Amino acid sequence: MSTTVPAAAGEVRDDLSVTHHGRPKLSDRARHERRLGWMLAGPAFVLMVAVTGYPVLNAVWLSLFDYRLTAPDDREFVGLSNYALILSDGLFWRQFGVTAAITVVTVAVEFVLGFALAMVMHRALFLRRTLRTAILIPYGIITVVSAYAWQYAFASASGFVNPLLGLGGYNWFGDTVPSLVVICLSEIWKTTPFLSLLLLAGLAQIPEDYLEAAKVDGATAWQRFRRVIMPNMKAAIMVALLFRTLDAFRIFDNVFIMTQGAQGTETLSFLAYRQTISRVQIGLGSAVSVILAILVVLIAVMFVKGFKTNLSQQKG
Amino acid sequence: MKPMSAPETSSSASPPPTTRRRVLGGAATLALCATALTACGEANTGTGVPTLTWYINNAFDAPIGERCSEEAEAYDIRTEQLPNNAAGQREQILRRLAANDSSMDILSLDPPYMAELAEAGFLRPFTGEEREEFSEDVLEGPLQQSLYEDTMFGAPFFANTQLLWYKKSVAEEAGLDMSEPVTWDQIIDAAEQTDSTVAVQGQRNESLMVWVNALVESAGGAIIDPDSQGADAEDVEATIDSPAGKRAAEIMTRIADSTAAPPALSTAAEETSRAAFQEERGGFMVNWPYVWNAFAAGEEDGTLPAGFREDVGWAVYPRVDADTPAATPIGGVGLSVGAFSEHPDLAVDAIRCLRSVESQVEHMLTGGEPGANAAVFEDPRVREQFPMWEAIRTGLVDAAPRPITPFYGDVTGAIQQGYHPPSEISPETAPQRTAELIEGVLSNEQLL
Repeated sequence: MSTTVPAAAGEVRDDLSVTHHGRPKLSDRARHERRLGWMLAGPAFVLMVAVTGYPVLNAVWLSLFDYRLTAPDDREFVGLSNYALILSDGLFWRQFGVTAAITVVTVAVEFVLGFALAMVMHRALFLRRTLRTAILIPYGIITVVSAYAWQYAFASASGFVNPLLGLGGYNWFGDTVPSLVVICLSEIWKTTPFLSLLLLAGLAQIPEDYLEAAKVDGATAWQRFRRVIMPNMKAAIMVALLFRTLDAFRIFDNVFIMTQGAQGTETLSFLAYRQTISRVQIGLGSAVSVILAILVVLIAVMFVKGFKTNLSQQKG
Repeated sequence: MKPMSAPETSSSASPPPTTRRRVLGGAATLALCATALTACGEANTGTGVPTLTWYINNAFDAPIGERCSEEAEAYDIRTEQLPNNAAGQREQILRRLAANDSSMDILSLDPPYMAELAEAGFLRPFTGEEREEFSEDVLEGPLQQSLYEDTMFGAPFFANTQLLWYKKSVAEEAGLDMSEPVTWDQIIDAAEQTDSTVAVQGQRNESLMVWVNALVESAGGAIIDPDSQGADAEDVEATIDSPAGKRAAEIMTRIADSTAAPPALSTAAEETSRAAFQEERGGFMVNWPYVWNAFAAGEEDGTLPAGFREDVGWAVYPRVDADTPAATPIGGVGLSVGAFSEHPDLAVDAIRCLRSVESQVEHMLTGGEPGANAAVFEDPRVREQFPMWEAIRTGLVDAAPRPITPFYGDVTGAIQQGYHPPSEISPETAPQRTAELIEGVLSNEQLL
């Protein structure tokens, strides 16, 4: 599988003849295709820049101001002091911790469950379509709706979970840890199907020959999984984990519906929401959003880099 | 009577008024016309009169809008429903007004949020004459919260106050004389003695703020210095770090740590409290008068045993100190005119009808929320449906509004962090920490 081969920089360059100016010399056909590509993708690209680029830049710009929406005339340029305030405030770091904890727990559990579900979907001999549809249903439900469903299920007086577990009137949302448990459960229930779908795509790409060859060589099921399936799915796994991690890190809906951020369950998105929407402190809120965006980019970079290192180690 | 029938004019599906044009560019307007063919043109309802939009926060108000729309010659009234929680309402109104939304003709506004919008210039102040007219016969509490810097920005429409609700059997068992005002300590003792609960709103939202403010004000204090009403954010002085602030925290923790605490106290809002009160162990509850209608509905649909209300008694809000009358919580709605409305005079005229005594009575009978005018309590239908009308009226006179400040959102946010959850706050540190948080947030040195 090509995905298991590390695409080192040098190898990529080998495919192209390099001119003296350092620019790859393209054939007519390649040039033509490239132009066609631009023509096809151009309008979408322009649109994307307009609808995402402008707000992003505007947010960066606004984050440099002390700007309350209700006092537009008092808007004042304050440089980076919004960032200094945020990074020196304990609240930010606590919410960073909560966000990180939710991310790590949910993504780890989802990965294991998602992989199992992907295997089931892949290996199922009958009712394949029904099975795949059934597994995907939670992902099709709007997060806010599922958050309410979980909240009602765990409600202390009217929910069905307490009687089921014999917990009486236990208040799940009365403390940090149980609140986070319910929030994480809801996240896991809802987004595991997404992960399993991505993993299923990866599984489907592994040629049966590899597995048969391994079998013939006497590899156990575990060895086949560890040595054949996993390495051949590296790309799919990375994509799945990356998407989910980025999603999980921006968690908002479940917290907003279930606890409104009470009992120390506020996440970084919630912090941005509170400053921007509740307090209408546009400058401060934009700064939180920018920090959140930078963290997301950092996570993405870490993933891409991290997975590459692993791959090369395996090769060696 | 206009040819236009009322239901059509108040339908939420009716097209947006022409007034949006100012906000939207010409191109956008064209697009709107294309998508909603009937949307454009001078008189969008076909009657040739302007349409005023009334943003309501209570579905019971829609019929009042319909009636006033039908009665009026010069305008139609269309209602638009705001989110169902106070914070959501504020956010939507604030953001629309910040974008100079000219469709905001009449707003049903929760009074604590009025100052913020008034200071920002988002509300049209009522003139001296209008103020006089809309103050006439209005009870003290609702009147106080309709003013910011001695100008009226929200014509009192209905007011609301919390009462102490109790089970007569429980009070009797505890030997509590409910004909006299009682204190928090007394009802907690009584509840502990009878193994019943005191249902309060401990959820981290506006309900908690209502409770904290009533406790602090009843103890003779204030959350922020009342003199800092018009001050700049960094000059607002938090005064909750006081004996009153400490006393409030003591009462809260006392309930939370006692057997009188209902389950899920830290997540209990009004409806949770009502559910706790309705249970076998329910003994006492502070809540708004709407619960009376809700009890009646419960008896009707069988979720409550018939005759449930016969065991329910009411009294004025509990005191903190036995000798000082309680500063009762007050809520309600004022009707404000958006600063960007294209028909402010018509809007004021509509408000005359919307907040008329007749409308207030109608609102109270259907929605269960008390009117702001004294005359409402003279109405025999009100007296019949609300046997506790006297306690409500007393509450509306003795009321202590929540802090009137343009930075109310930050103040309530800080209170909700500093005084929550009731079981974990410390009366020794909570007042000081909260005061520091209020001032830190307002002077932009802390996050919220």
